[in-house]
Amino acid sequence: MSAVNDFKKGLKLGVPIGLGYLSVSFTFGIMASDLGLYWWQALLISMTNLTSAGQLAGVKLMISPGHYIDMLISQLTINMRYSFMAISLSQKADSKLKGIYRWLLGFVITDEIFAVASAEERVTRSLMTGLAIVPYIGWAMGTLLGAVLGNILPGIIMSALCIGIYGMFVAIISPRAVKEKPILITVITAVALSCLFYYLPGLSSLSSGISVSICAVVSAIIGALLFPLPDVKEENNG
Amino acid sequence: MDNTLFFTYLIIMAGTTYLIRAVPFSLIKGKIKNRFVQSFLYYIPFTVLACMTLPSALYATDSILSAAVGLLAGMIAAILGRGLLTVSIISCVFVFITELIMNFIK
Repeated sequence: MSAVNDFKKGLKLGVPIGLGYLSVSFTFGIMASDLGLYWWQALLISMTNLTSAGQLAGVKLMISPGHYIDMLISQLTINMRYSFMAISLSQKADSKLKGIYRWLLGFVITDEIFAVASAEERVTRSLMTGLAIVPYIGWAMGTLLGAVLGNILPGIIMSALCIGIYGMFVAIISPRAVKEKPILITVITAVALSCLFYYLPGLSSLSSGISVSICAVVSAIIGALLFPLPDVKEENNG
Repeated sequence: MDNTLFFTYLIIMAGTTYLIRAVPFSLIKGKIKNRFVQSFLYYIPFTVLACMTLPSALYATDSILSAAVGLLAGMIAAILGRGLLTVSIISCVFVFITELIMNFIK
């Protein structure tokens, strides 16, 4: 597939992510301005971080001085999952996605962009660039609108938009889980763990970023132990 | 908020978040040969998504019922072979319709 087609394909795939981000970051914008940040500060945070759980935890620490180490530790733990995603994605990257492109595009590895990119056979730099554009704009615009305007969209529209991003996740998981039993069982394990962390007192006090990291890693380890991939002797694409 | 304080925090926050993504992405160049690691990396996208979706998605809308209807509709559409954007829109529409009906009944 040509670079232009890859780019266009990425752009299109990014639309539901962008819509989802718009509504999530809208909430972040409202929260940041409630905590006393200026609109441009909230916007700047979103444009330089591009992450939901980390930003929410971050602004809560920001409002009082001296929490520099706390900030470092909270960002490291909440965002640890991105490292696993980055490693996973590095295995699918095609030969042209290297060097400076990795340093640049590494910035846009979010849960959702990762998920959509890894559903592709090969991840090219054009695809990933295209894929990141709408979500990035959505994330920034949503924050700005939330910080400046507060709640303007009717509740029922906001509510419906909020499911969009999850609809996309379902679209990635379901067809594969129906076809491949190992994926189905691993996914069920993941959901069970995730529910445990959500509802069990004590565990539920963990930030959502940390619980997602733990549950996803543990269930993927279980999946890898129960259903290891067939041994591939030689790489067929060098 | 005070600018010096803000930018100090911003640099720590954005710096950590960037490096934790870009360093592993850039430094791991070759194909990983270890079978266990390969299998782990094969399952991780699905488990990340699954953990983010359930149970959180049930609380993303104004009611658990509308969220469940939206997710179920999306799931059926996806299994029937619809693309990501279509499935996403179908989920939104079903949440919207469910909430309209619920408002009407109330």
